[in-house]
Amino acid sequence: MRSIAVVGASLAGLRAVEELRTQGFDGRITVIGEEPHRPYDRPPLSKAYLTGTCATEDLRLADAADTDELAAEWHLGVRADSLDPAARSVRLSDGTEVVADGIVIATGGRARPLPGAEGLAGVHTLRTLDDAVALRADLDASTAGVVVIGAGWIGAEVASTCRTLGLPVTVVEASTTPLARVLGATMGAHCAALHTDHGADLRTGAGVASLTSTGFGPWKRVTGVVLDDGTHLPADVVVVGIGMRPNTEWLAGSGLPVDNGVLCDAGCVTAFPSVVAVGDVARYHGPDGPVRHEHWSNASEQPAVAVRNLLAGTTIQEYHSSGYFWSDQYGTRLQVAGHPAGADEVTVVDGSPHDRRFVAEYRRAGTAVGVLAMNNPKQFGRLRRQLRAGAVPA
Amino acid sequence: MIPVCAVADLPDGEAVRIPGEVPIAVFNAGGEIYAIDDTCSHQDASLSEGWLEGCFVECPLHAASFDLRTGMPTGAPAKKPVRTHEVTIQDGVIHVVPQNQEAVV
Repeated sequence: MRSIAVVGASLAGLRAVEELRTQGFDGRITVIGEEPHRPYDRPPLSKAYLTGTCATEDLRLADAADTDELAAEWHLGVRADSLDPAARSVRLSDGTEVVADGIVIATGGRARPLPGAEGLAGVHTLRTLDDAVALRADLDASTAGVVVIGAGWIGAEVASTCRTLGLPVTVVEASTTPLARVLGATMGAHCAALHTDHGADLRTGAGVASLTSTGFGPWKRVTGVVLDDGTHLPADVVVVGIGMRPNTEWLAGSGLPVDNGVLCDAGCVTAFPSVVAVGDVARYHGPDGPVRHEHWSNASEQPAVAVRNLLAGTTIQEYHSSGYFWSDQYGTRLQVAGHPAGADEVTVVDGSPHDRRFVAEYRRAGTAVGVLAMNNPKQFGRLRRQLRAGAVPA
Repeated sequence: MIPVCAVADLPDGEAVRIPGEVPIAVFNAGGEIYAIDDTCSHQDASLSEGWLEGCFVECPLHAASFDLRTGMPTGAPAKKPVRTHEVTIQDGVIHVVPQNQEAVV
């Protein structure tokens, strides 16, 4: 293999390039990134970047020296439009064709928009640096307050940040308990209580019927959110955090099986041995069937395995997700490891949820499968290690 | 020189955080006392809450590992070292001599 194209220039794409060099690939590497920016870190976008305590330079994942060392060719601000695995060709939106022996797909995903909110000023999703810049400008000018739609991780972090900025915030969540799908109802409720602790108005079991607006044409601007029960929540900023969609449309006609992500085997290799997928877009074969992870650690850890298999030409190593992710909300650090969603038993093993400082262990049929900690990194670290030692064969 | 605590109050494997403009973390690693900057050089996390293994502390947030003797990270995601500080023990009490701000590499 003498040339490799990495499609996607975010965390997973950059890690893939780094792993290629670390694992001894000295051929040509071409990186294609839709955003005009060099690889940057997303976690601070909903927190420190939004409050202004972290600058754009601080988000950079690789400085000039790191980038030089990787000796890759960067095509930024250009989208990959199609892939032809037989011709080993990626066609770009500017008409360029990149031919490479191996392909790493790291195209991530995009935020799911709220239907009917297209083109309405004041309505935001948050995934990219440009999204964060636009949201920050609107928050700075906000007087009527903010409605956050969706009490998942992004929604909760944005709500927390808005409270830090002193803005009135209402969080609207469709399910009866936020985060219950991931953490279970009891722990989900403990996490959701952080909103009310800090003066955010949390409305659960609430659907959005419509948005109200003023002006017309390009001057149309949001004025509030109408809930299913007819309640009108006034707002000049609405943040929509209702999940993401993997960016796979460009693979139409490529012959690559795609179903809510790029389907791959346990080692992140697609139906073509010369094409691997990593990060949010990769739906690999996990222990319980096809699975996609949308967290930072996955994007950081998966490329090492995918690249090893790509260079070997076959799957010689399987990927085991640590399941680790964290969230900072209202000055509280939440950390999760393993796979709590599959548990049938949850026990608080240290501290107390009512003190907002605890560690809970999740078990399935008596075996530890996950850990959740609130403001307790040390005990979390201990249990996470035990979990890792137990779950992953050495 | 900052008095930290009695040697007896910092058992092996434990750490204590000295708050301040630049917080410092003091560790007992196998009976040896070390002091480094408390804040991970990668992203805001307190290394005193990290996992200690031999002479290395693992950041509680992203598992970047730092050598307590040199402050050097062992690999991604951290790239920059943290500062190390001189430790002296007087009458059974741990003291830290903070390194000057200017000495940051």
